[in-house]
Amino acid sequence: MDLLQQISDSLQNGDEKQVFELTRQAIEQKVPAKQILDDGLIAGMNIVGEQFRTHKIFIPHVLFAAKAMYAGMDQLKPLLIKENIRPIGKIVLGTIEGDLHDIGKNLVGIMLKGAGFEVIDLGKDVSADTFVQTAIAESADIIGMSALLTTTMLNMRKVTDLLRARDLNSSIRTIVGGAPLSEAFAREIGADAYAYDAANAVDRVKKLLESA
Amino acid sequence: MRPVLKFMENVLIERILSEAIDILCKLGVELQNKKVLSMLSEHGAAVDDHKMHVHFTQALIEKALDTAAKPFKLFDVLGNETHFFAHDNVYFTPGSAAIHFLDYPGKNIRPPLTDDYIKYAKIISQLDFIASQSTAFIPADVHDKISDSYRLFLSLLLCEKPVVTGTFTIESFAVMKDFQVAVRESEAALKEKPLTIFSACPTSPLKWSEVTSQNVVDCATYGIPVEFIAMPLSGFMAPVTLVGTLVQHTAETLSGIVISQLTNPGAPILYGGSPAIFDVRYETTPMGAIETMMIDCAYSEIGKFLGLPTQAYISLSDAKLLDAQAGFESGIGATLAALAGINNVAGPGMLDFENCQSLEKLVLDNEICGLCLRLIRGIEPKDDFPALPHLQELLKEGHLLIADHTRRYIGEEILFPGPIIDRANHSRWQDEGSKSLEERAHIEVNNLLTTYQPSRLSDETKNEIIKLMEAEARRYGQDSLPFRNI
Repeated sequence: MDLLQQISDSLQNGDEKQVFELTRQAIEQKVPAKQILDDGLIAGMNIVGEQFRTHKIFIPHVLFAAKAMYAGMDQLKPLLIKENIRPIGKIVLGTIEGDLHDIGKNLVGIMLKGAGFEVIDLGKDVSADTFVQTAIAESADIIGMSALLTTTMLNMRKVTDLLRARDLNSSIRTIVGGAPLSEAFAREIGADAYAYDAANAVDRVKKLLESA
Repeated sequence: MRPVLKFMENVLIERILSEAIDILCKLGVELQNKKVLSMLSEHGAAVDDHKMHVHFTQALIEKALDTAAKPFKLFDVLGNETHFFAHDNVYFTPGSAAIHFLDYPGKNIRPPLTDDYIKYAKIISQLDFIASQSTAFIPADVHDKISDSYRLFLSLLLCEKPVVTGTFTIESFAVMKDFQVAVRESEAALKEKPLTIFSACPTSPLKWSEVTSQNVVDCATYGIPVEFIAMPLSGFMAPVTLVGTLVQHTAETLSGIVISQLTNPGAPILYGGSPAIFDVRYETTPMGAIETMMIDCAYSEIGKFLGLPTQAYISLSDAKLLDAQAGFESGIGATLAALAGINNVAGPGMLDFENCQSLEKLVLDNEICGLCLRLIRGIEPKDDFPALPHLQELLKEGHLLIADHTRRYIGEEILFPGPIIDRANHSRWQDEGSKSLEERAHIEVNNLLTTYQPSRLSDETKNEIIKLMEAEARRYGQDSLPFRNI
């Protein structure tokens, strides 16, 4: 079987050791790092994502696959930097100012990392200013915000307003989520996307990047 | 610990048994079968041939209870063990012998056809939590005289699971037995590995028809398990009290056990039933009534007290549609049955007082059965002590989603139901089409029809039972069978 296909299959099985070993072999055989990433690791994660979306596998399976992906990614990273290849997307993530409920946000972070995105997790109770400053400093593509309370979710508008005020709203996109939120609320505050769960967040982030 | 539901102390069970035996000895039962009357007479029962009536003796009843096979097993068409009717083991089977079929979508019922039965068999073969198939409804597109054997024929042809079935006539038994002998290759092998259970229904109060009593005898002769389905109706064809109904149910069931065990001591039986309260407002027999379910669980306790495996029609509903009533009545029934440890729980798919089968309900009920089977596995520690390392790992990693402990036990501890029970958040539910339960169930029905794999029964055997069925149909002037055209 093709080595890259084997990487993809092992990743789908969550076999961290095998992915590590196969990636090492691929590098040794001078397969370009970008090709190992796209046709091995990300190809496997895409299948995992689809199986998760269609309820064939559950979150733990996705996370095992993500862990296996990192076993390969850790070896590829220096090569990708050397070849000047950027991650497929960079996301600044946090719960909005005043909100300390971060379980959902953490899950989104785990799933995004698993899908190959670089995630900068700012943690809980993050101010609009910190979100925007970090996104600028890190050249992030997207800001992701979450809230569990109807009172704190209103603070999300501060981020979208700030981006607009600095004319950054087309280069830094926003995605929001959390139990009390909805697509309508996202539209109302001028966010670019709303995700109803972690798997959906991955899909929506991908779409945002495609449309950028 | 496995949770167990009990309604009665042993003192009450003994009292009910004693009263039932007293009734069988003093009142006896009407029995419209001369051969069976003669057999009972030979064994010391007081028989009135003219009135076709028999008074049992306590010794006869006790002897029958003594010889009745206690635990027994059931095997699929390939000979694999699927059921061990013992202890509090629980197996679900679809409700049987419906005369109507609920179409999707809509509110209309109609007579079921061969095509419906084929779909049913394809679906039931893939439902993980329903261990056997039943001959769930009666195809109306074949001659009446073969409508019982034809159901079993289709079931054996299409699905590997063992079958809960029954005959409508004395004559049908022969071909229904021959199908099974063809599958097992000999009568001895069939006795060794039973493939079906036949339901035998006394008529309340205290009466056995010629057909049903003969079915009991025929099944016992060939070692085919029988489930006794006494149907007293509280307040109409039985005393209104639950205990009074139980006494009558016990008497009717014991009379069947005697017929079976005199024919063939040790013949496998299930202590079953389909009693109900009588709803005097509508003149109906609600299977979803809580009292009906209480009677079911209670007579199962009596069966268990006697050391016999048990059966009940309990996880079903009187609703006419796949609505909230259909769900809650079936769910309550399945839960109570599982907690009571009823061994063969009949009902999935069934609506409208055991009259109507719905494929959409069947796939929903499969998920309900799964939840109930999980429930009775109870709560047991699994590498939970000491708990400190798990909590340390949680604090260190921030979650336990991929902890070794999670990986090892998530499948065992938590049952994630199929696509019919909705657990998505509102936005995801909307994103996936805002589908109602009925719509989700219908999609699952269609999915299962596309993923069906034919039965692995050999082509040679399939051809043999096709020949048997066609010969049986010709006996009644039907030269071709609709399944050929599907």
